[in-house]
Amino acid sequence: MTHEHWNGFRSGVWQDEINVRDFIQTNYEEYLGDERFLSGPTPRTQALMAKVQDLFRQEREKGGVLDIDTETVSSLTSYAPGYIDKDNELIVGMQTDSPLKRGVNPFGGIRMARQACKAYGYQLSDKVEQEFTFRTTHNTGVFRVYTDEMRAARSSHVITGLPDAYGRGRIIGDYRRVALYGVDRLIEMKQADKAKMGRQDFNADVARACEELYQQITFLGYMKEMAAMYGCDISQPAKDARQAIQWTYFAYLASIKEQNGAAMSLGRVSTFFDIYIQRDLKRGTLTEAQAQELMDDFVIKLRIARHLRTAEYNELFGGDPMWITEAVGGMGEDGRSLVTRSSFRFLNTLYTLGSAPEPNITILWSTQLPEAFKRFCAKVSIDTDSIQYENDDLMRPHYGDDYAIACCVSAMRVGKQMQFFGARCNLAKLLLIALNGGYDVPSAMHLGPQMGVMEGDELDFDAVMKRYDEYIAWLMRLYVNTMNVIHYMHDKYAYEKTQMALHDTEVERLMAFGVAGLSVVTDSLSAIKHAKVRPIRNAEGFIEDFETVGDFPKFGNDDDRVDLLAKELTHKVITELRKTPTYRNAVHTLSILTITSNVMYGKNTGATPDGRGAAEPFAPGANPMHNREENGALASLNSVAKISYDDCRDGVSNTFSITPDTLGKTDDERKGNLVSILDGYFTKKAHHINVNVMNRETLLKAYENPEAYPNLTIRVSGYAVNFNKLSREQQREVISRTFHEAM
Amino acid sequence: MRVHSIQSLGTLDGPGVRFVVFTQGCPLRCKCCHNPDTWAFDGGQEFSAEELARRAARYREYFGADGGITVSGGEPLLQAAEVADLFTLCKAQGIHTCLDTSGCVMNQDVQNLLTVTDRVLLDIKYTSDADYRAHVGCSLTPVLDFLAELNRRGIPTTLRQVIVPTLNDSEDNIRALAQIRDSHPCVDKVELLPFRKLCSTKYEAMNIPFPLAHVPEPTAESMVKLNALL
Repeated sequence: MTHEHWNGFRSGVWQDEINVRDFIQTNYEEYLGDERFLSGPTPRTQALMAKVQDLFRQEREKGGVLDIDTETVSSLTSYAPGYIDKDNELIVGMQTDSPLKRGVNPFGGIRMARQACKAYGYQLSDKVEQEFTFRTTHNTGVFRVYTDEMRAARSSHVITGLPDAYGRGRIIGDYRRVALYGVDRLIEMKQADKAKMGRQDFNADVARACEELYQQITFLGYMKEMAAMYGCDISQPAKDARQAIQWTYFAYLASIKEQNGAAMSLGRVSTFFDIYIQRDLKRGTLTEAQAQELMDDFVIKLRIARHLRTAEYNELFGGDPMWITEAVGGMGEDGRSLVTRSSFRFLNTLYTLGSAPEPNITILWSTQLPEAFKRFCAKVSIDTDSIQYENDDLMRPHYGDDYAIACCVSAMRVGKQMQFFGARCNLAKLLLIALNGGYDVPSAMHLGPQMGVMEGDELDFDAVMKRYDEYIAWLMRLYVNTMNVIHYMHDKYAYEKTQMALHDTEVERLMAFGVAGLSVVTDSLSAIKHAKVRPIRNAEGFIEDFETVGDFPKFGNDDDRVDLLAKELTHKVITELRKTPTYRNAVHTLSILTITSNVMYGKNTGATPDGRGAAEPFAPGANPMHNREENGALASLNSVAKISYDDCRDGVSNTFSITPDTLGKTDDERKGNLVSILDGYFTKKAHHINVNVMNRETLLKAYENPEAYPNLTIRVSGYAVNFNKLSREQQREVISRTFHEAM
Repeated sequence: MRVHSIQSLGTLDGPGVRFVVFTQGCPLRCKCCHNPDTWAFDGGQEFSAEELARRAARYREYFGADGGITVSGGEPLLQAAEVADLFTLCKAQGIHTCLDTSGCVMNQDVQNLLTVTDRVLLDIKYTSDADYRAHVGCSLTPVLDFLAELNRRGIPTTLRQVIVPTLNDSEDNIRALAQIRDSHPCVDKVELLPFRKLCSTKYEAMNIPFPLAHVPEPTAESMVKLNALL
C-alpha cells in the first residue's frame, strides 16, 4: 500500500501492516553529534510561554486548581475548542474549552469526582450527578464484589492506593499510529479484526473482545470529530512534521479526555517525529528554529495537561502529576542508537521553556549510547533536575527496541503490551502484623492467619522469617485476587477504548504489583539477625515498639549481609504472587516504587526494629533509609543494584541526590563524572535512577519561601515534581533524604 | 593499614570517579588542615590491603576511562609498604592508582610505592622554606626532594595548594608555584584549592582550637585571579 503523504520515506512492511517500529527502523537517521546545532526559543515561543507562566501563577494562587467545568462529563467532543492564544499556536487542542480548566470524569467513581470538586471549593452539578445516578461506575462494581478480607486489607492500609476508585492508567496508546496511518486506516484494520473474531465460537472472552473492538472503532470516529472541531482532518496520514506532531498530540489528547488515569504516559515519539522533521528540512520547508518551535509547542500542550484529583489521591501521588512519560534514546536491535536530533530537541525544551516536571523525560540509557548525547543528558540533569534514567541494556532483551515507560519505571512494548496497574503493599507493616500474630496495631484490626503474638524477650531471626513467610504467602494471594476484581471491573465499566484502539487487537497484559518499605523491612530483618531486638509490648500484650541493642549492617552500604536480605525478599514476594492466576492471564510483575506515598505508608506503620519510629516516613522506592549510608554514594548505588530486575520486572526505583560540589570541580568534570556513574550503575544491572544535583539549602529556602521558587523542579520517585506542589509533609521528607556530599 | 574512612564516590581527589581511602595518622600539623581527625596514629580501623583492593574492585564499573583508586590521608607515606601492597593488587586488576600526599617522607617503602603509583597529587602547601616552617612546622626541602624523585620517575603529578588568604595568596606565591611546575615536567596540572572553614566543627568536636578561625575564606574572584597567573 502507498500514500502520497509517505513520499520520500523508505518503503517497508510498515506500509502493509500497522508497524510503527518498522517505519522508524527503515527511516530514522541516527545523530552522533553534540547539542551545538540546537536553536533557542523564538520570540513567538517566548510570548506564548509567558502566557502559560501567567496561567500557572493564577493556578498556584487559587490553591492548585484554576477552574473546573462541573457541568460537563469529559469526553472527546464534549467541550468547545480551547486555546492559549489561537493565532500563535502551532499545535492546537485542549482538554476542555480553556487552558488549565479541569473536566470531571466520573467513570472511575462518582464519589471521587464529587469529592475532588469539593476539595477545591466547587460542587459537581446536578446534571452530572443525575447522569450517573443510574450508571454503574468502576468503583461501584469493585465494591459490589470485594470480600470482607479485601476490604480489611484496604482499610488497614496493608495494601494501599489500589486503583479501585480512580482510573488505573499505565496504558500507553501508540499515538504515533494516527500520524503515520491516519484514523481511517486504523478503523479499517480494527473492523477486519472484529470480523475475524466473529468467526470464532462465542464465549465470554470472545464476546468481551468484540464489544471492546466496537468501542475502539466508535472512539476512533470520535477522535476524528474532535480533530475536526480544531479544523484538522486526521482521517489521512500526516503530510509533514507539523501534522505528524499535531496528529500524534490529538491521539494523546483524545486519551486524556476519555480517561482520568493515574499515569497517562506518552510513549516514545521524539525519534518518530525526527523522521518527519528531517524530511521537511531536506525539502527546505522547515528550518531548525521552526523544528524547535514545533517541539516547544507540543511540550507546552503536555505541560498544561491536568486531571482533577482528590486530596487522598494527592497524598499518595503528590504534586499533581500526569506522568506524561516520554522515553528518549536507547539502542536499536541492529546496534545503532535511536538517538536523533529530535532526542536533543525534546531535551532542549527544558531550556527553551525552562525546567519543569512534565513531560516526564526518561532517558533509556545504554553504555553504547553516543558519547555526545550522554554528556548532553548529564548537562541537562545538572542544570534542571528534571530527567530520569532507565537501563536500556537491561530492558531491551525483554521488550525489544520500541518499548516505552508508563508512569515511572514500567516498561512495555508500545501498542503491543498493556498493564493492569496495582499500587503496592506495605512489607514493613506486614512484618509487624506477623509478629503480632495477625493483628495490626495502628488500625486495631485482625487480619491474616490468626496465631499468638511472637513470644520471648528477644526476636529470633529464623522464627521471625518462618512466620513472615506465612504472612507473605497469605497477603500475596489476597493481593492478586483483589487486583483481579479491580481490573475485571475497570474493563467492564471504564475500558480505555481510545488507548486500546491504538494497540494491536491481540495484546499481552502485564499485572503490576508493588511493595513499599523495602529498606525498612530489610534493615529490620538485619537488626533481628545481627543485633539484639527486644519487643516492647503494650497493655494488651501486642508488640508496639522495639529496643534494639548493638549495631547491624544497613542497606545502602554495599554490604551483602544485609543487601541480600532485600534481594531474597523481593524474590519471595514475586514467587508468591505468581502462585495465584491473574485476570486475562496477565503476566505478574513487581515494582519497588512508592511515588510520594512513602510518607503515607510510614504514617500508617508502627515503630520497626531498625529504629525507625512509629509513623515516620519510609525511604522512597528502593532507596536505602535516609542518611544510613556510611560509605558514600556508590556504595548506596551498589546496594540497590543488587535487587534483581528478573524479580522486579515492573521496575526498581532509586532516587539519588548529590550536591554539585561532590560531583566535580568544573562543569566539564561534573558531566563526565555523572556519565561514569550512570555507566557504572547500569553496568551493575541496576534498573532506574532519578538524579538530583542540588544542595539541601536550596530546598530549605524553597520550603521557607515558596514564592521565590515557583519553578523549582526535583525528581522524587520515578517522576519529577514542582517542589511547591508537594504537601508540607512531603516537602519535609524530601528535605530529610540523603544528599551525597563530599567532606 | 590504619584507615580513617572510605568514600566510595570521590570526584575531587584525582581524575574521574574514584574510590578514596583516607589513611589514619599524619606527622604534619598544617594550620589549614581540613581533617584533624586523621592526625592521631591510634585511631581509625585496621584493614588489610586485600580487603581494600576487594572493595575498590566493587566500583570499577564506575571508574570509566579516567577514574580509579586514590589513597589520601592522613599521610599515606607513613604506611607506604601497605599502600604499595594495595596499589599492586589494584594495578593487577587494571585499576588506576593515585596517591594524595604531602611528600614529606622518603625511604625504600616509598620508593617501592612509587613504582605502582600512576599519579601523585602533591600538596605543596607553601613555596618557601620559611613559610613552610612557619605554618607546617618543618622544612620544605623533603617535599622538593620528593617532587624531584617523581620527576625522575616521570610519574604524572598534580601540584596542589590550598589557598589561605594572607598566608599564601600573594601573586609572588603563585608565580613561585608556576616556576616549580615549569622546572618539573612531570607536573601536568596545578590545582588551587580555596581554603574552607567547614572543618571548624571537627576542631570543636575534638576540643582543640582551629588556628585559622580568624582567617576568611578566599573569594571566588580572587581564586579566578590567582588561577589566571598560572
